[in-house]
Amino acid sequence: MIQIINTGVANIRSLQAAFDRLDCTWNLTVSPEEIATASHVVLPGVGAFAAAAEAIDQLGLRKAIIDRINHRESATLCICLGMQLLCESSEESQSAKGLGIIPMAITRFGDGVKIPQLGWNEVRPLDNGPYDAGEAYFANSYRLETAPDGWGAAETDYGGTFISSIWRGRTLACQFHPELSGTWGESVLTQWIEGITC
Amino acid sequence: MLKSRIIPCLDVNEGRVVKGVKFQNLRDAGDPVELSFHYQDQGADELVLLDVTATRQERIAMLETIERVRQRLSIPLTVGGGIGSIEDAGRLLNAGADKVSINSAAVRNPDLIAAMSARFGAQCTVVAIDAKKQGEIFQVLTRSGTTAEAIDAVAWAARAESLGAGEILLTSFDRDGTRSGYDLPMLSAVTDACSLPVIASGGADSVAHMVEAFQHGAHAVLAASIFHDANMTVGEVKQQLTAAGIQVRNEW
Repeated sequence: MIQIINTGVANIRSLQAAFDRLDCTWNLTVSPEEIATASHVVLPGVGAFAAAAEAIDQLGLRKAIIDRINHRESATLCICLGMQLLCESSEESQSAKGLGIIPMAITRFGDGVKIPQLGWNEVRPLDNGPYDAGEAYFANSYRLETAPDGWGAAETDYGGTFISSIWRGRTLACQFHPELSGTWGESVLTQWIEGITC
Repeated sequence: MLKSRIIPCLDVNEGRVVKGVKFQNLRDAGDPVELSFHYQDQGADELVLLDVTATRQERIAMLETIERVRQRLSIPLTVGGGIGSIEDAGRLLNAGADKVSINSAAVRNPDLIAAMSARFGAQCTVVAIDAKKQGEIFQVLTRSGTTAEAIDAVAWAARAESLGAGEILLTSFDRDGTRSGYDLPMLSAVTDACSLPVIASGGADSVAHMVEAFQHGAHAVLAASIFHDANMTVGEVKQQLTAAGIQVRNEW
């Protein structure tokens, strides 16, 4: 059973449909106990950094999510804003507090590119990772600029390179939307579900 | 590098695709679910479903259609047509749309753009602009092209951006249905004035038209009849675009 954290601020229908197509059962959760014990947990996210961070705190989920990801042996998938929330802060909302698992800040794309980045772009793993290079659908204005220490990473070009995905243990975080990235995206989800340890 | 996107558009009325779809190898060419999947299979990068119904009863049918399409589709889905409020947008997103396109309601109430962007994010707030050449400007039209507004499309696109829109869907009323190519001067004027991604729409009949649109700043092209008439598959279009030096997604 895949537990999808329901912060109430993310549009998660596409994600649910993707798991349905892969014949995986899922449940929406706001329970710290379920987040602590489930075999698979997804932290989805579209929308604003501050709203999602506040929702996590109001629901009392901060500690459960951090503990789970630091434990490394349980499969956790962080999508789009979910990946950004792993960091300490974001230029998008200076006062909001991320999960702080990665001691870095999220920044806005620079001048010279259209913002948001909307569309398909190439994802290139820099390290041995849970999936092969492919093309993914992105919808983001902010990004992680460099790979964090201790994590494997993939990069993508958009006015210079940024980090489009990171992984450590059985945690996988994607700035792109695997659930909207066609058959390649479905293969990323399958790899995560089947538990390839990085 | 970000790929140039090809987006087939389906007009949906009472749960059925309307506007002359002539596929040979489909059991039922009017079913939006089957057609959506067919286009995804051909390599479409995204789909737009346009609700052309008029009554409330039919709009409920549209939600069911979106739910059914969403279950099959692994690419982004934009829904537009008749969205009047943030509640309407929320219902479409809950049914499975990834982006919602607003048009007349945004002109009547520009704050709707800001409200949608704040609630759901810029990335799912698409502002659709229908416009036609009027003297020296491109005049905004609303209510499916029936009402001319005293608004310049170029200024309106820039305002939509400042209010929090994430993407512009720009349709030329002069070119729509004419098969004479996209309105390139209008496209250039809008892409110069606004830093959002712009989807060009209205008038495509060939790959050459799409190449022109990308060369004039479009990030994506919307097309209906070129695909519905089965003149070309999305994959064939992409092969020719690649040969013309346009970078598209080539594996699906």
